[in-house]
Amino acid sequence: MKPAPFVHHVPRSLDEAVEMLARVAEDDGRILAGGQTLVPTMALRLARPSHLVDINTIPELTRIEVADGALVVGACVRHAAFHRPVEPGPLGALLATVVRHIAHLPIRTRGTMCGSLANADPASEWCLVAETLGAMLELRSVRGTRTIAADAFNLGYLETALAPDEMLAFVRLPLLPATTRFGFEEVSRRAGDYAQAMALAVCEIEGGVMRAVRLGLGAVEGKPRRLAEAEALLEGARPEPDLFRRAGAVASGLAEPVEADEEVAVYKRHLAGVVVERALLRAASIATDGSSHEIIRGVP
Amino acid sequence: MTAAPDGGKTFGRDVPRMEDRPLVTGRGRFVDDIRMPDLLHAAFVRSAHAHARILGIDAEAARRVPGVAAVLTMDDLRPHLSGDRLVTALPSPSFRLDLHRPVLAFEETAHVGEPIAVVIALSRYVAEDAADLVEVSCEALPAVEDCRAALAPGSPVAHSSAAHNLVAEFHLGYGDVEAAFAGAAHVFREKLWQHRGGGHSIECRGLVARHDPVDDLLTVWSSTQTPHPARQILSDLLRRDPDRIRVVVPDVGGGFGPKLVFYPEEAVVAAAALLLGRPVKWIEDRREHFVATTQERDQYWDVELAVDADARILGVRGSMIHDHGAYSARGTNVPYGAAAAMPLPYMVPAYRLDVRCAATNKVPVTPVRGAGQPQGVFAMERLLDRAAQALGLDRDEIRRRNLVPAERMPYATPLKTRGGMQVVLDSGDYPGCQALALLRAGWEGFAARKATARAAGRRIGIGLANSVEGTGRGPYEQVRVRVAADGRVRVATGAAPMGQGTRTMLAQIVAEQLGGDMANVDVVAGDTAAVALGFGGFNSRQAVVAGSAAHAAAIAVRTRVLAAAASLLEASEADLDVEGRTVKVKGSDVTIDLGAVARAAAGLPGFAVPGGQPGLDVTESVVIDEMAYANASAVAEVEVDAGTGTVTITKITFAHDCGRVIHPGLVDGQVIGGIAHGIGNALFERMGYDADAQPVTTTLGDYLLVTAEAIPAIDLVHMSSPTALNALGVKGVGEAGVIPITAAVASAVEDALDDLGVTITGMPLSPAGLLARIRQATTP
Repeated sequence: MKPAPFVHHVPRSLDEAVEMLARVAEDDGRILAGGQTLVPTMALRLARPSHLVDINTIPELTRIEVADGALVVGACVRHAAFHRPVEPGPLGALLATVVRHIAHLPIRTRGTMCGSLANADPASEWCLVAETLGAMLELRSVRGTRTIAADAFNLGYLETALAPDEMLAFVRLPLLPATTRFGFEEVSRRAGDYAQAMALAVCEIEGGVMRAVRLGLGAVEGKPRRLAEAEALLEGARPEPDLFRRAGAVASGLAEPVEADEEVAVYKRHLAGVVVERALLRAASIATDGSSHEIIRGVP
Repeated sequence: MTAAPDGGKTFGRDVPRMEDRPLVTGRGRFVDDIRMPDLLHAAFVRSAHAHARILGIDAEAARRVPGVAAVLTMDDLRPHLSGDRLVTALPSPSFRLDLHRPVLAFEETAHVGEPIAVVIALSRYVAEDAADLVEVSCEALPAVEDCRAALAPGSPVAHSSAAHNLVAEFHLGYGDVEAAFAGAAHVFREKLWQHRGGGHSIECRGLVARHDPVDDLLTVWSSTQTPHPARQILSDLLRRDPDRIRVVVPDVGGGFGPKLVFYPEEAVVAAAALLLGRPVKWIEDRREHFVATTQERDQYWDVELAVDADARILGVRGSMIHDHGAYSARGTNVPYGAAAAMPLPYMVPAYRLDVRCAATNKVPVTPVRGAGQPQGVFAMERLLDRAAQALGLDRDEIRRRNLVPAERMPYATPLKTRGGMQVVLDSGDYPGCQALALLRAGWEGFAARKATARAAGRRIGIGLANSVEGTGRGPYEQVRVRVAADGRVRVATGAAPMGQGTRTMLAQIVAEQLGGDMANVDVVAGDTAAVALGFGGFNSRQAVVAGSAAHAAAIAVRTRVLAAAASLLEASEADLDVEGRTVKVKGSDVTIDLGAVARAAAGLPGFAVPGGQPGLDVTESVVIDEMAYANASAVAEVEVDAGTGTVTITKITFAHDCGRVIHPGLVDGQVIGGIAHGIGNALFERMGYDADAQPVTTTLGDYLLVTAEAIPAIDLVHMSSPTALNALGVKGVGEAGVIPITAAVASAVEDALDDLGVTITGMPLSPAGLLARIRQATTP
């Protein structure tokens, strides 16, 4: 489990990084940020990039701040940065809840939000958050800067809209109104494992009914998706367990797991309904039946 | 025999582990910590095919890589070896095929990961780069994945030289089984699938081999559980005087069974060090561990239980198919252990289990902690639960009626061990142990808790299982004890520690007789230079066999110390005692240092030896053929999430009896570790292969080991029924924890789903599989 030979490049600025990337892009050059997926893959020799452009020394990319109604997160901001709310509103609380499902503490201290987005693993929690909240991604290359919506960026199962000479430099997550509620539910075999299914429900409750409902499902299909049909069912309705069960049933009906194994596909379709229902219950602050158990360890 | 008292000076006490200071201060020395000048590094070229004919190996490109010292295939090694296969399986008349592993595969490969060639280079990086360039031309052959299909007529064969896949067949049993079933009031049948994974010690395998031309000594530092057997195999294979080979076990980061096997890599690296005249290191990485280190995997059971109208057992019968893997690396001891464990805790008047071992194109199967016994216990306990359910009896009651009662001990069963010796349950109170576990677990009050939880929409359940385990596999383990001229007590043995505190355990036993000062005892273990003979660590044996030898040797040295000191002090032996580092005349302040006694006992030319016997140095090999039977009762509490099929174990209560306890903390550690292993077997660990026998779980991301978050509150309860089979009254404990856990968890999950009639017939439980059963039961 030793990687094949590669050249390690250390740029000192974002401009220098994209220049280096442009030079090595055609020779399987890759960006190295947290390395929590890339480095193990290289150790297994399943990835053999000839060049790594290591962006860990670029101060600009550690930027995390609120600007123009959005939280801006640079490419070198680690998952662990979100353990405590990074902003006082619901978005900060949402990110602090979700981050605790990402792998284990040592991984969270190295891995980055942008790295997860650029890797586009179907089971990535951040991909689900970006999809559900409508994040905007800023891509850089020597050819310039372009901004693209999360949904257009993620092409499904480890595929993205990134060109070989392009890097994801910043992600912008829109702030949420102060009255926003959210619920996140994930099923995994062990704490910290890849999700088998997860859902994020975001809404406001005004006059006893739900408004601005966003419902995302992850880890079931090749990429996370908003569940528009279920959102329509919920929008303007009273938050009640029966309704949430129906929303779950809609999710199950829509879900198209990519698994070849029929037993796993059946299971995932079922889980889609369970996580949607439980995420909605959490968002509405209705206790689940107690059988859902969230095990969170290792958070300082 | 006399038994040592519990709670002596050092015996029976929670003394600090002598291993801990170096380990926690970063001064442990594991095999990969061994560095030396001129060290070369090995990487193996392994089969990518589950089954293939090797047509040719082209290593020219690899040999040209700068930094490569050699690329070796079987053709290169053969002239230097006595044979091209490792003959390591324990003998058994049950074998129908001889499937000995090649040192390196040369005609055919029989599983993915089998070593075909080795690259020796200046670094592991270069070695792996070059290994990528070795071209092995192969013709793929049909692969055998499923051990049941392997035995069906017309199945492909796992080895093209074999006519079939039936590696071994045997039956275990006694009594008139047919009559027992013919006269039974009730018969229950279960078809069970049981899977266990691998050992997955934190430290994988590895070795460093160096030939010293000055002494003509080949030293092999190996992360093995069996140094003396390894030396013998190397001696035979390399045609080298065993006195010119030393196998040393450095600190070991876990063994769990697979490291008791001698592997091709050990032979190849040792041979390469001799051939190249330079030291060579090979450290197994985790990916290799998944495809090259032995595992336990699958057994399929079809078993029946016959009981009378009062639910007393009349007989047990059935058959079992065992996945043997591609080669015989250790023998048939896993299925034998499974079959032998099944009836042990209970009075079973008639028993017969027919076992067939099937060759498959997968990693060879050898023992993992428990060595088949958890599977045998699972089969028995599942049948008892089924009978209790059908007969409307409580699960504890049917067991109470059938457990071997304490007053029948020692209880001679009609069973035989693999060596042909009768199984005699030497001691213990099995019903008492079960009662203790139930009491501590709150078994009686659980129904009310369950009803409350159910009313709140939660599904909780409780389960019970009993196990009896043969420990202390003989015949002996040699231990040398001496008092050196500096007054220190030196203990030396081939017993091999793997992290379980073996050195501390031996030092406690010896210090008890020789002054009670742990700080004055040094222990060399797992080193063939320490003593002439030895076996190593496996089968929960070292406290029993090495402990007994250490005890006997320490008593003999003490006798010599007192005799020599009596002569030197002109006192009576009866008035002397060893205290700390001195011999003291009781009731006076007259003392003599142990070192002075040792120097005097070494003698002077022309003078009489004080005490009459030269040297304070005794080596003992206490032969113990009979196994000491330990027992346990486990109660598991679980919660089942009926929405996701997820099982959470919320509590384990574990009552057990390993006889007299040498070190309470070490015993707790062994039992808790075993329980954690059992939880992994129940819920997580699965070594997956696809239909073509390609492994599909080859990282710790795909293969789920148990982690700390899955370990519930564990309540340990100890009983102590000293065995009369050894002077210390001890029984083994290394495997105790794992054995009844899968059975107890299965029972608890069924209990949580009892209104649905979901039955558990396999392990590990997968959430998807369990959910499918729940949905089947709840879908109108």
